[in-house]
Amino acid sequence: MKIRFSAQDERFRQEAADWLADNLRGDFQPIRFRGGPGDEHAFVAERKAWEQCLAEGGWTCIGWPKEWGGRDASIEQQVIFNEEYARAGGPGRVGHIGETLVGPTLLALGSPTQQERYLPGIRAGLELWCQGYSEPSAGSDLGNVRTRAVWNETARKWRLSGQKVWTSLAHESRYVFVIARIDPSSVGHKGLGFFLLDMQQPGVTIRPIPQLTGTSEFNEVFFDEAECSADDIVGEPGDGWRVAMALLGFERGVSTLGQQMLFQTELDEIIRIAQQNGTARDPSIRQRIAEAHIGLRTMRYNSLRMMSSGGDGSLGREAMIYKLYWSSWHRNLGKLAMDILGPDAELIPEGEYGLGRLQSLFLFTRADTIYGGTNQIQRNLIAEQALGMPREPRGQK
Amino acid sequence: MEFRFTDEQRMIFDSAADVLASVSDSSAVRHAMRNDPFHDETVWRRLCQELYWQALLIPEECGGLGLGFVETVGVLERMGQRLFVSPFFSSSVMATSLLRLLPQTDRQASLFNDLLEGQCFSVAHTDAAASWSQVSASAVADGQAFRLRGEYRFVSFGHVAQQLLVVATIEDTQRLGVFVVDAQAQGVTVVRTPTLDQTRPMASVSLQDVLIAETDCLSLDAGEALIHWLDLIRICLAADQVGGAQESLDISVAYVGERVQFGRTIASFQAIKHKAADVMVKVEAARSLLYYAACVADEFVQGFSSADELLEAAAMVNASASEAYFFAAGSGIQMHGGVGITEEYDIQLYFKRARSTERYLGSPEASREKLAGQLLDSRAGVGG
Repeated sequence: MKIRFSAQDERFRQEAADWLADNLRGDFQPIRFRGGPGDEHAFVAERKAWEQCLAEGGWTCIGWPKEWGGRDASIEQQVIFNEEYARAGGPGRVGHIGETLVGPTLLALGSPTQQERYLPGIRAGLELWCQGYSEPSAGSDLGNVRTRAVWNETARKWRLSGQKVWTSLAHESRYVFVIARIDPSSVGHKGLGFFLLDMQQPGVTIRPIPQLTGTSEFNEVFFDEAECSADDIVGEPGDGWRVAMALLGFERGVSTLGQQMLFQTELDEIIRIAQQNGTARDPSIRQRIAEAHIGLRTMRYNSLRMMSSGGDGSLGREAMIYKLYWSSWHRNLGKLAMDILGPDAELIPEGEYGLGRLQSLFLFTRADTIYGGTNQIQRNLIAEQALGMPREPRGQK
Repeated sequence: MEFRFTDEQRMIFDSAADVLASVSDSSAVRHAMRNDPFHDETVWRRLCQELYWQALLIPEECGGLGLGFVETVGVLERMGQRLFVSPFFSSSVMATSLLRLLPQTDRQASLFNDLLEGQCFSVAHTDAAASWSQVSASAVADGQAFRLRGEYRFVSFGHVAQQLLVVATIEDTQRLGVFVVDAQAQGVTVVRTPTLDQTRPMASVSLQDVLIAETDCLSLDAGEALIHWLDLIRICLAADQVGGAQESLDISVAYVGERVQFGRTIASFQAIKHKAADVMVKVEAARSLLYYAACVADEFVQGFSSADELLEAAAMVNASASEAYFFAAGSGIQMHGGVGITEEYDIQLYFKRARSTERYLGSPEASREKLAGQLLDSRAGVGG
């Protein structure tokens, strides 16, 4: 049991912190602490430029192998970089889907052609990716996807038709990865394919979804015979579910500590306000702030447990609780922020509906307990997979 | 950074789990808690002679195993899981760790030796559970010796302690002293007080002008050491809580997997599954903090962690593990349905131990208030 990082890792921390301090300023000053969850629509052009700045400094894809431009960084070093990135106020990464989801999937399961074609653009911070999983009738029940993929022998192309939803950064992305049904007679996890699709083509239409925050970071994406080539299916046709699930497993929690640093800046802001407006003397508010602090510290050590355990790809119990834990914690933090702001929380600081950071936190954290597996689904997973309780009965398809 | 146990530590914990499975099953717990001397002396002798668990926290140079709080916490977790009825916590953890924080003297070494030989110790340090570091007992100088008078409550396994470490305010000063008292000495009265949780017996101790020789004054200025000691043993107590919470969950999940209603096991109902999931979240969260706090405890003793870090870790894990245990045991009774409130099923024993440990040495509210003090009352942005 060691809770301290090694001297070598601490030197790496210093290197990352120094680089960030030298580069995250000047033109990039306004984007510090921006573009996180609930704020993904902010400063997109500047954040794209920042992605390239990171790439030039060698700070994109640090966990990738050296032959693909990475640093072969250890889990510890990836954690450290994420921590320092968040501490420095690094903006929400527009390239994170490519770097943390698509890249590792292609490195593990992609063909040499796919690796050559897509990895360099991700590493260079030039080509952004978005995700095409959820559909209107496939939310928690992801196996119910209906987007169709048909092989056209004459054109030698796959043609995809259907609708995806909750796609963030769709407008800004060059590519999307999509799970679609190849075999029209199949149900559930069978008969699916995992496709890599160019967003810049006539068959793709994007429609932003106005949210309760007054902003739109999520979109609907419509495919009407959108095309990709025979080389753009990962794994075998029909094997899409396995690839899709593998992709979700690659993240391995290295970004969770960076996420927690972001949470820390939110909690710090709330504490400052409580000290300024006197609510820090209210005994019940003091209890709630302490509880928030405990929760955030719990996440840190829970994440370190996650990263230190196994390595065999199996999920420990501490990993199984993480989504439910952080999302519930963050949602409670949003409410705490409002309660500390008091009546002022009701006033819009900017224009007709330009929300303040904590107002946005309060509203958008209602999404945290829904996306990426709702709290109800998380409880099912914990009960079934960790506690061995019976599976939910399935309805008729 | 390597936030997991070593193979050696796992071996210690596995062997502890094996031993406890045989000496502390349900009938053993029930027998021990109901019959004088309210623990199994045969088990205690075996523990001290064969397994040498009493030596865990005693330094190697004093003949102990010189292990740390990480190992102790792992063993205590298994004891909590089994509702172990034993003076191990009061003697081998509380008294031993207090001795470790006091100045190194020949007397300290001889007391470590008594502990190694299997003597039972306990600590008398408070008469008011509202503040575990508050004591009204006083020590009056009598030449080089002292005379002690006062009343203590909540002395864990005090009724079987052969020697007591007692805390008293030194008359005409604000300082706290720690003295060692023979339980048989003139003026010492120890009375067991029946408790709601029968697995952790308590005693009250009365001292009436007890004469303490100079060599038995272990410290005449122990105020800071006592604060740190309370934090250390709060972390250890949390291990018992996490173990108990885990077992409350496990026996409840096992029960709902057997119980059939409406033609299906009640474990198949989402209402039950989600309750069990919520319990597991709290237990795993408390466990993550527990292992962190155990590391901090070791680092503190070795001089690598500050008193502030120790206080923070102890307060966090006290609040988290106390609430996890109570929630796990309370939810466990609910999942058991009617049999949950019978004497026959063990879940009620866990429920009672959850309650007694929740308020012993502190409370979630008091711990959070300490954290609030750190976060809100000193320099701004401590959490950053």
